[in-house]
Amino acid sequence: MTDKASRAHSAPDAGFTDSTIPARAGAGLKPEHVDAILQDDYRIGFLEVHAENYMGDGGATHRTLTAIRQSFPLSVHGVGLSIGSENGIDNEHIARLKGVVDRYQPGLVSEHLAWSTHDTSYFNDLFPVPYDQPTLDRVVAHIDQVQNALGRKILLENPSTYVQFEKSTMGETDFIAEIARRSGCGLLLDINNVFVSATNQKYRPLTYLSEFPLEKVEEIHLAGHAHDVDDEGEPLLIDAHDRPVDDEVWKLYDIVIGQIGPVPTLIEWDNNVPDWPVLRHEAKLADEILERRAANYMLGSHHAANG
Amino acid sequence: MPQMADDRRSDQPADATSLEPFSDALLDPDLPTPKGIVGPKGKKAAKRFNVYRNNVTVGLVGALADIFPAVHRLVGDEFFRAMARIYVQTEQPSSPLLFRYGAGFPAFLKTFEPVAKLTYLPDVARIERAWLDAYHAADTPVMDPADLGAIAPEDLADQRFITHPATFVVRSNFAAVSIFAANRAGKDLSGIDPLIAEDGLITRREFDVEIRQLPAGAAAFLQALAGGATLGEAAGSAVEQSEDFDLAAAIAAMLEAGAFSALASGKIDEKGQ
Repeated sequence: MTDKASRAHSAPDAGFTDSTIPARAGAGLKPEHVDAILQDDYRIGFLEVHAENYMGDGGATHRTLTAIRQSFPLSVHGVGLSIGSENGIDNEHIARLKGVVDRYQPGLVSEHLAWSTHDTSYFNDLFPVPYDQPTLDRVVAHIDQVQNALGRKILLENPSTYVQFEKSTMGETDFIAEIARRSGCGLLLDINNVFVSATNQKYRPLTYLSEFPLEKVEEIHLAGHAHDVDDEGEPLLIDAHDRPVDDEVWKLYDIVIGQIGPVPTLIEWDNNVPDWPVLRHEAKLADEILERRAANYMLGSHHAANG
Repeated sequence: MPQMADDRRSDQPADATSLEPFSDALLDPDLPTPKGIVGPKGKKAAKRFNVYRNNVTVGLVGALADIFPAVHRLVGDEFFRAMARIYVQTEQPSSPLLFRYGAGFPAFLKTFEPVAKLTYLPDVARIERAWLDAYHAADTPVMDPADLGAIAPEDLADQRFITHPATFVVRSNFAAVSIFAANRAGKDLSGIDPLIAEDGLITRREFDVEIRQLPAGAAAFLQALAGGATLGEAAGSAVEQSEDFDLAAAIAAMLEAGAFSALASGKIDEKGQ
């Protein structure tokens, strides 16, 4: 039967809205929010889904995402490619990702600087990689493989980390900048990850941001984090995605948007998911910053144009 | 598109052992923090590494709770999580499609001594695994009953069928179908005798997964049809299994449930045999 289905899936007449993602706030799509989102007078800028949740053959999940895609631009965020893997990445999984991308025509496609599969086991979490030359070469090759298969650029997201590899020979920002330069990928800047990693690894988030190739950032992620302590009782932040965005992260976000101008900004809330209005409130906070900074930006360019 | 980079390393990893200890230690709490994994300024990272261990275990246990909600409720949250932690150590997802995880969970339950008295539990888990497979199965129209009605009576026994991708038959020596259905409906198990054997048919006509209990012999009948047998052959196997087999009732049930997507012989005709 798959003949009929695949024709339907690739049909460009599925009634989808424009795929371009606006420089506004978006939200991670949760099935329990779909009806509220579709009925809400507030129109969220875009929605983002984890690609793997839509890799089934058919059923209600696809019906739901089709309905969303008819009204909103979509960002597809992969969590399972394991780009940092040292045993190559799975061509079958790349093909599945291509299936989701072809079917839903997302405005952005992103993945993580991380690994999640080893041998045949998928661990459903994102683990760090050593920042050294062999890993750099491998990650660049993997991104090329993905971009060539998809026929488009992907964005790579900076990780949240709790540990380091002793063998690392370069800093995270240099590592990411070099990946982007060599592979031509764009970057997804997760500012909560910056704050979490900076706290955990004892550097200043603003130093990290000043070294990060911000000109390649095409999307921003914001999320909440939890507090723990390490072996010595020092603060250890956990990238929990289970609460509102922290005030410190909002401040960093405001600074970044002031510097690079408005970019699509996603609120991620994956655990203890609240009712839609709570998530919408976070999205509106991001919208406010984006609008304020956009006004300044236009003012700035106006002055520049006149003087 | 960027130039294809030098990809020799994807065939021949330069340093194939560096992530191995990290991976091995994730699900083995007895292993020490992997060598070379540190905190800032080289300080020790035992609690830090445990964040990853905890994420993996909690994440996979949570996935199992989502995939097997009836088993979860039947044994209670605390017990389920403790039990699932043990299963997670023995079997991890084999792909990033988390909704396919847990194929081995029913077999694990069968050997897990603390639930030995809940004899029906592995079969309830099998139903839940099949239910989720049906939920994600391809969107395929079910067979129009009129297709079968259009077959000349003398040709009926020779008909073969194409199984719908969302169709699963689950046979149990216990009342697993009734227990599953009651639990998913939020009811208790009063009035159910767990020792009565039941067969279940799982189907999905459009988007809602359905389960129905099958009359005697119907499971053997449907399994034979799904295996490619003709209607006549399948009826024969059903009668062998159960003298009470009612062919007309079984056909009515399979048509109503949408167990098949088309007549196999009809396909051949269309191709112009």
